[in-house]
Amino acid sequence: MHLAYPAVLSVLLFCTGLYGVLARRNAILVLMSVELMLNAVNLNLVAFDVWLRDTLHAGQALTLFTITVAAAEIGIGLAIVLLVYRNRGSSDIDRLRDLAEQAGEADPADRDAQQPDTKAEATA
Amino acid sequence: MTLAAASHGFLSPTGVEIAFLLVGIVTLGAAVVTVTTKQLVHSALWLVVALGGIAVEYLLLTAEFIAWVQVLIYVGSVVVLLLFGLMLTKAPIGRSPDADSGNRWAALVVAAGSAAALVWVVVDAFRATWIDLDGPVQGSTQESGRSLFQYWVLPFEALSVLLLAALVGAIVLSRKHGAAAAERGAVAPSTPTGPAAHAPGEDR
Amino acid sequence: MTLTTTAVLVPLLPFLGAAAGLLLGRSAPGFVRPLAVLPTLAAAALAIVVAVEQGGGPATDVATRLTPTGSIPIDLALHIDGFAALIAVVVGVVATCVQIYSTGYLRDDPRYPSYAALVSLFTSAMLLVVYTGDLMVLLVGWEIMGICSYFLVGHYWETEAARAASLKAFLVTKLGDVPFLFGIFALAADTGTFRITGILGSVARDGLDHPTLIALLLLAGVAGKSAQFPLHTWLPDAMAGPTPVSALIHAATMVAAGVYVVARLLPVFAASAAAMVVLAVMAAITMVGSGLAALAQDDIKRVLAYSTVGQLGYMTGALAVGDRGAAVFHLLSHGAFKALLFLGAGVIIHAAGTNSLAAMSRMSGLARRVPDAFWTMTVALLALAAIPPFAGFFSKEAVLGAAEHATTGAEHGIPGAAGWTVLISGLLTALLTAGYATRLWLLVFQGKGTEAPDHGPQPFVMNAMLWVLFIPSATLGLAAPFLPDWFDGRSLNPTLTTSVLGTGIALVGGLVTYATWRHTTALAARTPIGAVVVAPDAAPGLSEETAIATHAPVYGNIAGAADPADPGRLLLGPLHRHAAVGFHLDAVYTVLFVRPTRAAARLVAFLDREVVDTYVRGAGTAPRWLGAAVRRAQTGNVQTYLGALLAGSLVLAVAAVLVATGTGA
Repeated sequence: MHLAYPAVLSVLLFCTGLYGVLARRNAILVLMSVELMLNAVNLNLVAFDVWLRDTLHAGQALTLFTITVAAAEIGIGLAIVLLVYRNRGSSDIDRLRDLAEQAGEADPADRDAQQPDTKAEATA
Repeated sequence: MTLAAASHGFLSPTGVEIAFLLVGIVTLGAAVVTVTTKQLVHSALWLVVALGGIAVEYLLLTAEFIAWVQVLIYVGSVVVLLLFGLMLTKAPIGRSPDADSGNRWAALVVAAGSAAALVWVVVDAFRATWIDLDGPVQGSTQESGRSLFQYWVLPFEALSVLLLAALVGAIVLSRKHGAAAAERGAVAPSTPTGPAAHAPGEDR
Repeated sequence: MTLTTTAVLVPLLPFLGAAAGLLLGRSAPGFVRPLAVLPTLAAAALAIVVAVEQGGGPATDVATRLTPTGSIPIDLALHIDGFAALIAVVVGVVATCVQIYSTGYLRDDPRYPSYAALVSLFTSAMLLVVYTGDLMVLLVGWEIMGICSYFLVGHYWETEAARAASLKAFLVTKLGDVPFLFGIFALAADTGTFRITGILGSVARDGLDHPTLIALLLLAGVAGKSAQFPLHTWLPDAMAGPTPVSALIHAATMVAAGVYVVARLLPVFAASAAAMVVLAVMAAITMVGSGLAALAQDDIKRVLAYSTVGQLGYMTGALAVGDRGAAVFHLLSHGAFKALLFLGAGVIIHAAGTNSLAAMSRMSGLARRVPDAFWTMTVALLALAAIPPFAGFFSKEAVLGAAEHATTGAEHGIPGAAGWTVLISGLLTALLTAGYATRLWLLVFQGKGTEAPDHGPQPFVMNAMLWVLFIPSATLGLAAPFLPDWFDGRSLNPTLTTSVLGTGIALVGGLVTYATWRHTTALAARTPIGAVVVAPDAAPGLSEETAIATHAPVYGNIAGAADPADPGRLLLGPLHRHAAVGFHLDAVYTVLFVRPTRAAARLVAFLDREVVDTYVRGAGTAPRWLGAAVRRAQTGNVQTYLGALLAGSLVLAVAAVLVATGTGA
C-alpha cells in the first residue's frame, strides 16, 4: 500500500481537528477535536510502524500509550470543564476571558464568587 | 520491497488501497461533520463514526490489537464520557446557532494552510514509498503483547501510575466541588450561590 | 651655592610657601603671615644675588630633561641674562612689598591665608616665566598667572563688579592665550625646539617659514596678557580686586610678562616687518586711547589702570622699534613707580573712605592725613609724567630716543613708519600722561571743601612699603648709564632733542590741566557730590571693598561720575562721554562676541528642547502606542492566541521548507 494514503489521511484529520480546536465554542467540542488530532497522530504512528517493520513495535506501543494518555486527559479535561460550568454557568471557551487586561468588563460579582473557590481548590 | 515498489503505481491501486481510500473518505467526512455541525450531540455521534473509521484503517494496516483497543477505549468509553459531559453541562439538544466562535474564518485559514503545507510536504516526501502488507502480520495481539511486555514494561507501568493520578484528580475535582455545593445548599438553601469562604476549612 | 641652584630656588621658594600656606591656612593661622612674607623675601634676596653674580656677563643656560616628550623635547631650562636677572629683582622686590603691605591692608580678612598663598603662587609663576629658557615651561607659568589673576581679582567675590571682572579678566586673556599657544606650536614646528636659545639661533641662521603668521599669533597672547588694544578691556575692570593685587599683578608683573616675552623673542618678531608695524600701531592706539580714557575716569584705581595700559604701550612701542633695552628699562622703572602709585592709592582710599576722585576733590586736608602717601605719590606721579630727574623720565626718553632713531630707517629690519608712529603717539601720550597725572594729583591732594574724615593712622607696614618703593622710583634713572652693559649694549642715555621735546610737552600738559582745574574748581562747591565710607576701625581692604561696591549705585557708573568740576571733562569736551566708558569697546565686544554667543546658546537650547527632545519623546511614545496596539490583541480568548501561534509557526515552517528546498531563497 502506498504510504501516502495513511499519511495524507492523517494530515487531513489533524487539520480538521485543528480547525475544531480553533473554531468550536463549547469546551467539550474542543476536547473532541483534540481527540481527532490525537487519533491522526496515532494513525501515523501505526502506519510508519508497519512500513518500517519495527521489531520493537515502537509505533504501536506508543499508540497504546497515547490512547491511554488521551483517556486520562479526557477524564481530567471533562472534570475541569464541569467545574468551570458549575462556577460560570457556561462552558463556552471564548467567554472565559479573565486573563484579558480590561478588568472592568468582567462581572465583579461573578469574580467575587469565583475567587475564593479557586483559592480553595488551589489549597486543597 | 523495491521490487514490489516497481510493480506498484497510483493508477493501479490494489484492493486494500481502494478500501483504505473509501474508509478514509468516510472517516474524514465524519470528522469534518464533527467539527462543523451545529448540533452538539450529533457532533459526538459523528465522532464515533470517525473514530470507528480509524479503527478500520488500523485493521487495514494489519494492526488488529490497536484497532480493538481503539474501539474499546475511544468508541466505548471516551465518547460515552464526552456525551456525559455534554449532558452535565446542559448542552442544548438540537441546533445551536452559536456553536462556532467568531474567529472561525481565521481558524479555517490556519487549518487550510496547515493542511496544504503538510500535504505537500508529506506527498513530496513519500511519493515513492510503499508499505509491504504481505509479510508477517505486524500488529497481531501476540506480537503487540510480546513487545509490550518485553521491551515496554517500565513505561507501561509508569503509565498506570499516570492513569491512577488522573483518576484521583478527576475524582477530587468533581467530588470536592460537589461537596462544597451540597454544603452550600445545606447551609443556605435560599442562596445557592452564597459565600463559600469557609468551605475549605470545613473540607479539611 | 652655585648660580644655578640660587636661580632654581628663586621661583621654588614662593611656590613652597604657597603650598604650605594653602595647607596650613586653616589649621595654623599663626604661620600664615610668615609663610606669606618670608619665602617671597628670600626669593627677592636670592634674585638680587643672582643678578649680582650674573652681572652683565654672557647668558647662563642650564637645562635638564626629565622625560622624553615626543617629537619636540620639553626641557626644564634656565636662561638667565641681564634682562631676566633685573626683571626678577623687580618682581621679587615688588612682590615682597605687596606681601608686607597686605599684612596690614587685609589684616582682618577671613580669606587672607588663601589670598597670601595665591599671591605667592603668582610670584613663583612670574619668576618661572622670567627665568625659564623653554617656551612650554614659560607657558605653564603664564597660565598659572592667568588663573591666579582670576582668583585674586575675584577676591571680593561678594560684590557683583569683582565677580564680573574676574570672569572678564580670565576670558579675555584666554582669548589671547589660544593664539599664543598655536603660535608657540608653529614656532616650535618651524625651528624644531621649544628652547628659546635654540629658536633664536635657528631664526638667526635659517629664518622662519611663516614669520608674520607666527608673530601675529604670539602677539595676540601678548596683547591679552599685557593689556594692549584690543584686548586691554579686562585691566580697568580688574581694579575691582584688592589694591595690593592691582599693584602686583596689574602694574608690575603679570602685565609685564607679555612685554618680557616679546623682548625675549624679539628676533622672531623682527623677522617680519609687518608684525613690527602691527606692533607699532597697536602700541600707538593703546597709548593714546588709554591716555584719553584715563583723563575721564573717576575711580582713582581706574585712572592708574589706564595709565598702566598706556605705559605698557610705551614698552611695546619700544619693542616695535627694535630696542628691547629701552622697553625693559621702562618696564623696570614703571614697575617701581606704578606699584608705588597703587599702594599709595590703597592708602588714600582707606583715608578718604572712597575711591571716587569727585568725592576726594570735595574734601580738604587729605594730604595732611596721609603725608607719607602724599610725598611718595607726588614723586611717583612726577616719574609717571616723565619729569626729570625721576626714573620715568630716563626710561621714557630711552623709548622716545629709540623711536626717533628708528624714524630714519637706519635700524635694520624696522620700517621707518613704525618709528614715526611710535614717536608721534609717544609724544602725544606724554602730553596726556602729564595731564591725567596732574589731574589726579590736584583732585586728590588739593581738594576744597569739608575736612577729610579721620580714619585713624595708616598701618605702619603700608607706609613703610611706600618709602621702600620710593627709592627706585626716584633714583632708578641714575642707573641709565650702567644698564647697557646688562642689556644689548645700546645707550639708554636721554638724547637732547627728545628730552627737550618730551619734557616740554609734559610741562605743557601739566600746566594746561592746572589752568583748567583752576577754572573748574570754582564749580565744585555748587555741586555737592560724593559718598564716603566712615569706618575708622575697619581694615583698609574692607573699606575699599565697600567703596567699590557703592560706586556704581552712587555715581551711576563704575567708571565715571557726573562731576562738572572735573578738569578732564573740560579738557576732553565731547570726547569725555566716550572716554569714560573706554570708547565703547565693551559695547563692541558685546555686539561681536557676547550676543552671538548668547544667540548660539539659545539656538542650542532650542535645538535641544525642540529637536533632540522630540526624538526622545518619540522614542517613548512609539513603544507606548505599540504597547496599546499589542494590548488590544490580548483579548483573553485562548483560541485567538492558539490561532495566532499556529499561524505563526505555519509561516515559519513554510519558510524553513522553502529555504531548505532552495525554491524560495
